[in-house]
Amino acid sequence: MSASTGTAFAAARAEGRAALVGYLPAGFPDVEGGIAALRVLVDSGCDVIEIGLPYSDPVMDGPTIQAAAQQALDGGVRIRDVFRTVEAVAATGTPTVVMTYWNPVERYGVERFASDLASAGGAGLITPDLTPDYAPEWIAAADSRGLDKVFLVSPSSTDERIAMTTAASRGFVYATAVMGVTGARATTSDLAGPLVARTKAATAQSGLPVGVGLGVSTGDQAAEIAAYADGVIVGSAFVRVLLDHAGDRAAGLAALGGLTAELADGVRRG
Amino acid sequence: MNEDASRFDADDQGWFGEVGNFGGRFMPEALISALDELTLAWHEAMADPAFVEEFETVLRDYAGLPSPLYHATRLSERVGCRVLLKREDLNHTGAHKIRNVLGQALLTKRMGKKRVIAETGAGQHGVASATAAAYFGLDCVVYMGAVDTRRQALNVARMRLLGAEVVPVESGSATLKDAINEALRDWVASVDHTAYLFGTAAGPHPFPSMVREFCRGIGDEARAQCLDQYGVLPDAVAACVGGGSNAIGLFTAFLDDAEVDIYGFEAGGEGFDTGRHAATIFAGERGVLHGARTFVLQDEDGQTIESHSISAGLDYPGVGPQHAHLAHIGRAVYRPVTDAAAMDALALLSRTEGIIPAIESAHAVAGALGVAEELAATKGPEATVLINLSGRGDKDMGTVMEYFGLGDGQ
Repeated sequence: MSASTGTAFAAARAEGRAALVGYLPAGFPDVEGGIAALRVLVDSGCDVIEIGLPYSDPVMDGPTIQAAAQQALDGGVRIRDVFRTVEAVAATGTPTVVMTYWNPVERYGVERFASDLASAGGAGLITPDLTPDYAPEWIAAADSRGLDKVFLVSPSSTDERIAMTTAASRGFVYATAVMGVTGARATTSDLAGPLVARTKAATAQSGLPVGVGLGVSTGDQAAEIAAYADGVIVGSAFVRVLLDHAGDRAAGLAALGGLTAELADGVRRG
Repeated sequence: MNEDASRFDADDQGWFGEVGNFGGRFMPEALISALDELTLAWHEAMADPAFVEEFETVLRDYAGLPSPLYHATRLSERVGCRVLLKREDLNHTGAHKIRNVLGQALLTKRMGKKRVIAETGAGQHGVASATAAAYFGLDCVVYMGAVDTRRQALNVARMRLLGAEVVPVESGSATLKDAINEALRDWVASVDHTAYLFGTAAGPHPFPSMVREFCRGIGDEARAQCLDQYGVLPDAVAACVGGGSNAIGLFTAFLDDAEVDIYGFEAGGEGFDTGRHAATIFAGERGVLHGARTFVLQDEDGQTIESHSISAGLDYPGVGPQHAHLAHIGRAVYRPVTDAAAMDALALLSRTEGIIPAIESAHAVAGALGVAEELAATKGPEATVLINLSGRGDKDMGTVMEYFGLGDGQ
């Protein structure tokens, strides 16, 4: 049985800090290289791992993650490689979710995908282009296996939609800090705080953790967000490090470990 | 059957037919409020006689509508029954697309937004959007695949002359689907002050229904013109289908006329067997692309497969969800037409009628002439086939010159 992300958030909360959630796409720079990079995230302080399923039409991703996903697709990555990656990372005991656009799941078969994900030790899915009101098949498949359903809330979400979305989520809810796509940004957004406050108002009863992502790239930004959120989600900054060291994998992994440690320190300062 | 919807239209969640079957809204949460706001504003506008009158006025005085319904006599003699052409090629900017953009831009103005974005493949929707933006005084950014900006330099120049900013998109396959992705990325970040003028009857609810309603004048006019001019309804109507805006604009008026057969012709490219085509309904699998559940050209992992057609306007790996629904329930029949058949029809129409159609529209002509020959055989010369000539061929002359070897020194 896979570890739920909720367990990792609860453990961080018990330590009086926010959890650090780290993202990398599977198959980048190749399948084995991707597994090695994800293990560095685990070893250097990520509490939850988010593995991206590379997709041909990623409308929520900025240039950095697009480039990594395209490299993975050009390298021939398949869904079975994503599950292999999940299996290798989940074996470390760190809760591992897959972030995927919806069509690959639908094409694979929702039940079959949920079943294979659970068999690989995956904790659940983050679905950036699937909202609960269009997700009855996924909700049924996840509920029957106790898988995490991580839906997104946005600064543009109404209070009604935040209530609906948090009620449908399990594990945590993903609050997008900015109006925009993935990608590192120099400063944190002033939209994140009010969104987290509105979301927390909706999760007061359930205690569902609120993770904040989009644009976080430094320890200071992580500390700032950790002061009011339950989790800090980092993706593009990790991908950027690997892209910047494309010619030297060892140096890339070392730099990845360094950034992870800085962010892990950040969530402890928040 | 979904109780909230009519037999052919979507329910308030955007589902055509059974809930969950085709359509819906598979979109980032960040855009949901904007889509709700757009749906509400569109419904209010359509219920406001002043808006409807302003739309009709701009279509008439600026776009040159209604377009004529023309009896193609020499073509009719050739196939043995009456062939009628709905002359959308005569519209301002050269295609049916002006209807959709004028409707959406008028709605943008009503909503108080000052900036519009659009995607374009060949550039026709981009030119129409830039035109509407100039007319209404809106800022306009058009996303266009980098491959297409190179292929369609003339349309890039037209958009820039009209005052639009054209952004070449290098990501993915650098074609229409990637231009849509990039427009959606812009919209996620700009939705509070920007409207997305979607170019076809696809995408998330309410776009498939809204684009249809702005284009349905094609069929409403054609049906009335046919009854007025010939005293009968056509036996068959036909249109080309890429995303499907001209086709759904034609079909809608005839859906309840059970005696009228409805045909959509998709881009068969180099032929189904070659894998190089854009026949989404004929060859695609059910899936989700750009916000709607529909038929999609995709591999077994759900990755979108690049489509191919000699016609850039039909070169799209998805299709509007209402077409998927009409195919599913059998109300409309969709068939592929190859590049070669379309180009033959383009030459034929040019030489028999003096009308050079867009290559997109030539697919409809090619397919419909086959239908006309069948009808002539069964029903005789009184049979009537009505074809939507959705656009004119000026933009395609580069392709046509190369295909037929018409240039100097060839």
